[in-house]
Amino acid sequence: MRADLELIYDWVPDNARILDLGCGDGTLLAALARHKNVTGYGLEIDADGIAACLGKGVNVLEQNLDDGLGNFVDDACDLVIMTQALQALRRPDTMLDEMLRVAPECIIAFPNFAYWKHRLHLTFRGRMPVSRSLPHAWYDTPNIHLSTFQDFAGLCRDKGVTIVDEAVGSADHEGHWTSRLWPNLFGETAIFRVRRGR
Amino acid sequence: MSASFPSDSVGLVTPQTATFESPLALACGKTLERFDLVYETYGTLNAEHTNAVLICHALSGHHHAAGYHTVDEHKPGWWDAYIGPGKVIDTDRFFVVSLNNLGGCHGSTGPASIDPQTGHQWGPTFPVMTVADWVHSQARLADRLGIERFAAVVGGSLGGMQAMQWTMAYPERVANVAVIAATPRLSAQNIAFNEVARQAIRSDPDFHDGWYADHDAIPKLGLKLARMIGHITYLSEHSMGSRFGRDLRSDQLNFGYDVEFQVESYLRHQGDTFSTRFDANTYLLMTKALDYFDPAGQHDGDLAAALSPAACPFLVISFTTDWRFAPARSRELVSALLRAGKAVSYINVDSPHGHDAFLLPNDQYEAVFGSYMRRIHADISGETA
Repeated sequence: MRADLELIYDWVPDNARILDLGCGDGTLLAALARHKNVTGYGLEIDADGIAACLGKGVNVLEQNLDDGLGNFVDDACDLVIMTQALQALRRPDTMLDEMLRVAPECIIAFPNFAYWKHRLHLTFRGRMPVSRSLPHAWYDTPNIHLSTFQDFAGLCRDKGVTIVDEAVGSADHEGHWTSRLWPNLFGETAIFRVRRGR
Repeated sequence: MSASFPSDSVGLVTPQTATFESPLALACGKTLERFDLVYETYGTLNAEHTNAVLICHALSGHHHAAGYHTVDEHKPGWWDAYIGPGKVIDTDRFFVVSLNNLGGCHGSTGPASIDPQTGHQWGPTFPVMTVADWVHSQARLADRLGIERFAAVVGGSLGGMQAMQWTMAYPERVANVAVIAATPRLSAQNIAFNEVARQAIRSDPDFHDGWYADHDAIPKLGLKLARMIGHITYLSEHSMGSRFGRDLRSDQLNFGYDVEFQVESYLRHQGDTFSTRFDANTYLLMTKALDYFDPAGQHDGDLAAALSPAACPFLVISFTTDWRFAPARSRELVSALLRAGKAVSYINVDSPHGHDAFLLPNDQYEAVFGSYMRRIHADISGETA
């Protein structure tokens, strides 16, 4: 499993009802269902991902996240997870509202634009960073709302959302979860666990 | 099996008839004292009887879903693209049951059958059937075949409504359900199209109020018009455009009303063929079953409440260019299932072919549907997919 998914896996309580936004091939949901008795749905727009989910017995809905979560009622589940999708949304802020409407808690992972390599790239080359976690050129990237670890913490503060837990990691599969001291600088991927209200 | 059939065909199939002597109470208040159901099966029922898949047919469908009745038959069953060895509904793995619904005109008891009360053809007095009635009759067939629980109930269009109905009427007898290109209820526009089709048939002088058989007549013109209007709703604007465009049959305009455009020729041909192979009373009855289907109606319009008995995971599939039962109708069903807390998966398959897409080969559709069916089989056989 991807390193960020492994950390998230550990954060999910047993028997939770969850929603995984941008669930890909359903790896996380399938593992959670098998070992933690978790139930829920994945949302995905890639047909190969949807087919893979169905093969794993994961409930998956073809749904564009930019269309919102209107088909889910308030508190439809316990936890909403969104990995590597925040930066591609038209309105990440309203999606955060939506996520905390359908569940009291959510976990969000996204590439930290303030990662030191990105900073060096921009500072010394004067061009938009291209890296493992941000592999696209500026003109064809789906990542239209890049943000930093601190930016997201600020958004939560402004919205009155409580940060329960936060972590950073590298985008590779080493599962190297350090950089507690300077997450905004050394974290390649930012992961937040937030709760509705103060 | 003859070597002349494709290797992924179920080959030669022989329809069978099951006769039921105990009465079937119908939604309309009437009772069928006895009835026949014509059906076909493909594949083998396993020892535990856990690998049965029920195929529910659409408006003009029937029991012949796959394979060939004779070596000379030029076209296989109506869903042959999806049923066969190695296909999405893999007959090497599943025991597939496909029947002709009551009121049909392909061998099951219907308007052309003899009414035991009168000794005369039922004709227009054959009871108006509902989707719920069909599902009850299908459950009788399942009993007869020793199937306590279907591994999956599958249907497209009107067949999808039957699949949906199964989960509400017999939740304990359905392990999985696939509802394809369907809708939880017809829109006013859908009913309007059906009504035009019915009026076309009923206003044909050869209809004789449904007693055309007594007059050795067939309301061909009405059936033809009904099929022509129906057919328009099965195709997308794009598929009609790319197939026929504004092509003319001859090089020039004739300033008359004979067939000039290719699309006119096509529709007339479709209508003509249909008018000789389909029964008018059956067509009327099937369109009524479509119009009446509305499970939410008995729950103050709350579809989630109607679906509350359902106990199996749903697969809901729509097609991007289907405007007869548009993707939004499938999403209504999905939303209701979510509200009801049911397990559901949904995909809107990219296809240019409109409503008919559910019958046609399509890589994305096959990948998704195939993946779902393989997982069902893995569950039955205890394998990991």
